[in-house]
Amino acid sequence: MSKFKKKKSGELPAISTASLPDIVFMLLFFFMVATVMRQNTLMIENKLPYADQIEKLDKKNLVMYIYAGKPSSRYRTSAGSQPRIQLNDKFAAVEDIKAFILAERASKREEEVPYLTTALKVDGDTNMGLVGDIKKELRDVEALKINYTTRQGDAAQNFQ
Amino acid sequence: MARRAAPEVNAGSMADIAFLLLIFFLVTTTIETDSGISRKLPPPQEDNVEPPILKQKNIFVVEVNKNNDLLVEEAPMELGELREAAMKFLDNGGGTGEDKCDYCQGDRDPSSSDNPTKAVISLRNNRETNYATYIAVQNELVAAYTTLRNREAQRLFGKSFEQMEKDLKDVNYPGNKEALKEDIKKIQFLFPEKLSEAEPRK
Repeated sequence: MSKFKKKKSGELPAISTASLPDIVFMLLFFFMVATVMRQNTLMIENKLPYADQIEKLDKKNLVMYIYAGKPSSRYRTSAGSQPRIQLNDKFAAVEDIKAFILAERASKREEEVPYLTTALKVDGDTNMGLVGDIKKELRDVEALKINYTTRQGDAAQNFQ
Repeated sequence: MARRAAPEVNAGSMADIAFLLLIFFLVTTTIETDSGISRKLPPPQEDNVEPPILKQKNIFVVEVNKNNDLLVEEAPMELGELREAAMKFLDNGGGTGEDKCDYCQGDRDPSSSDNPTKAVISLRNNRETNYATYIAVQNELVAAYTTLRNREAQRLFGKSFEQMEKDLKDVNYPGNKEALKEDIKKIQFLFPEKLSEAEPRK
């Protein structure tokens, strides 16, 4: 009789946690792969403009980054509110660009040097005067391949 | 009363499922890369070099002033019309004789550019110009070139110029890469990107 009695008030069976490590590792690996490490801590505002005629920058080790924009609020007292250039982790003057490019070149293998590209990550709300100065310096050191880094989108969004 | 515990769910295959998912994500996620408009700066010039003489009608002046207004050939224009205007200028093909352009589909207006290989777009900006505006204008001008190149590539090789460039980068492209490179060069010769940038004015 009791053979056919269904168990009703038994304890809940324990959920096996044996696979928990696997799931955790899976997530860990996923995030390890998907996260992009920031090379530089940004000290400036960097809202890139929009464009749609864009090319991808492959080969990350062959890209030199020059940032420009207004200092972010933390640094405004020390660096002022005018747009500034940032190289690596510190503010720089226009004249420092040459030294920066030469240092970057020296750190690369000789055969890679002709493929070096300079990515200009400039805040949309910057005057062209500063960008023009940067370009002039780049021309002087013959770093002629440049890329205006933008976000993908319609160019008309730049006016909003 | 015989109270039997429910049988444990076999978790032995859980690890396999986890790894399957892991590999799926590994394959499908692409690490975010930066992208932007690629340009080439002109090499530094020696002072004593004479600038080449260009006919006035072969120059298309685009100017962005300090109030971020767009002036095309000294007339104000909206950004949305710039692409069309630039294409019309490049594709005009008004030249005769040596400068004749057989692949142009423009109006052949004698007062506009002779030939796409002669036509130069001159972009001038002020030091006060906003960078975002400048990028928007650059974007439109590059788009004009790309559209014309696409059209020409479609006509000559049956696929767009962008597709050809993509194929060139593709490792699994089945065709002949050397020939493809030649074809790309041919298109670039027909519509060379002659975008000159003056030093910004004060």
